Amino acid sequence: METIFFAIVSLVAIVSAILVVTCKNPINSALSLIMTFFCLATYYVMLDAPFMAAVQVMVYAGAIMVLMVFTIMLLNIRVDANKKQSHSVILGSIIGLFTLLNTVIMLVKSRAAAPTGPYSGDMIKTIGHTELIGREMFTNFLLPFEITSILLLVAIVGAVILAKKKI
Amino acid sequence: MANLNSYLIISAILFSIGTVGVLTRKNAIVIFMCIELMLNAVNLTFVALSRHLGNLDGQVFVFFIMTVAAAEAAVGLALMISFYNNKESIDVDDVHLMKW
Repeated sequence: METIFFAIVSLVAIVSAILVVTCKNPINSALSLIMTFFCLATYYVMLDAPFMAAVQVMVYAGAIMVLMVFTIMLLNIRVDANKKQSHSVILGSIIGLFTLLNTVIMLVKSRAAAPTGPYSGDMIKTIGHTELIGREMFTNFLLPFEITSILLLVAIVGAVILAKKKI
Repeated sequence: MANLNSYLIISAILFSIGTVGVLTRKNAIVIFMCIELMLNAVNLTFVALSRHLGNLDGQVFVFFIMTVAAAEAAVGLALMISFYNNKESIDVDDVHLMKW
């Protein structure tokens, strides 16, 4: 049952990812990308990470994609059907194929290490995924968390200054 | 729970599709979306391996990657708006001042 579900979700994810690359109109690409993000959220649920799935839907499919669709519509670019939308397709495809081949050969020839950490599936289900992530983030990863807030502040200021015509 | 390798292979496929998109498309916003696709493929690898190893560090990393992606989206789209204001286009072929 789970294998069939996994296969269906994979099919949708890969097809919509290909559509992101091949669609001529950027709006269609953006909508396919949202579809891919939802498929990834489904994978996170299947991997016992419901908090990650919720954040994926809210931050990626919600915030980032709204920003992108907003920019596409704000710029209102005409899609010229006669003009070529891509360049160096053969070379790019070869490089992408080599990336894929390299990774798959690596995966087939090697094995992942045995589980070492303390967090098993049962523990995540009894305590709760959000609580475990929160504990980890505010103890071991407190300094990176604080640095992230500075990064966001810099990004806000940078975005405003770049988009403004006159400061 | 499905096999770990299947998740990793799906992630590899998504990453390669993103690579092809970045290398072949001309529209800057589509290139940007392909970069987001590649970031998400890496996120899937992080979560799958974190679940397999029973260690939550990978998922905290995914959280930070999402923050960086949000910051990147804000700054990148602002850059694209100023690019459009200057060139009246969003085609990467129109920016060739530093091209060899």
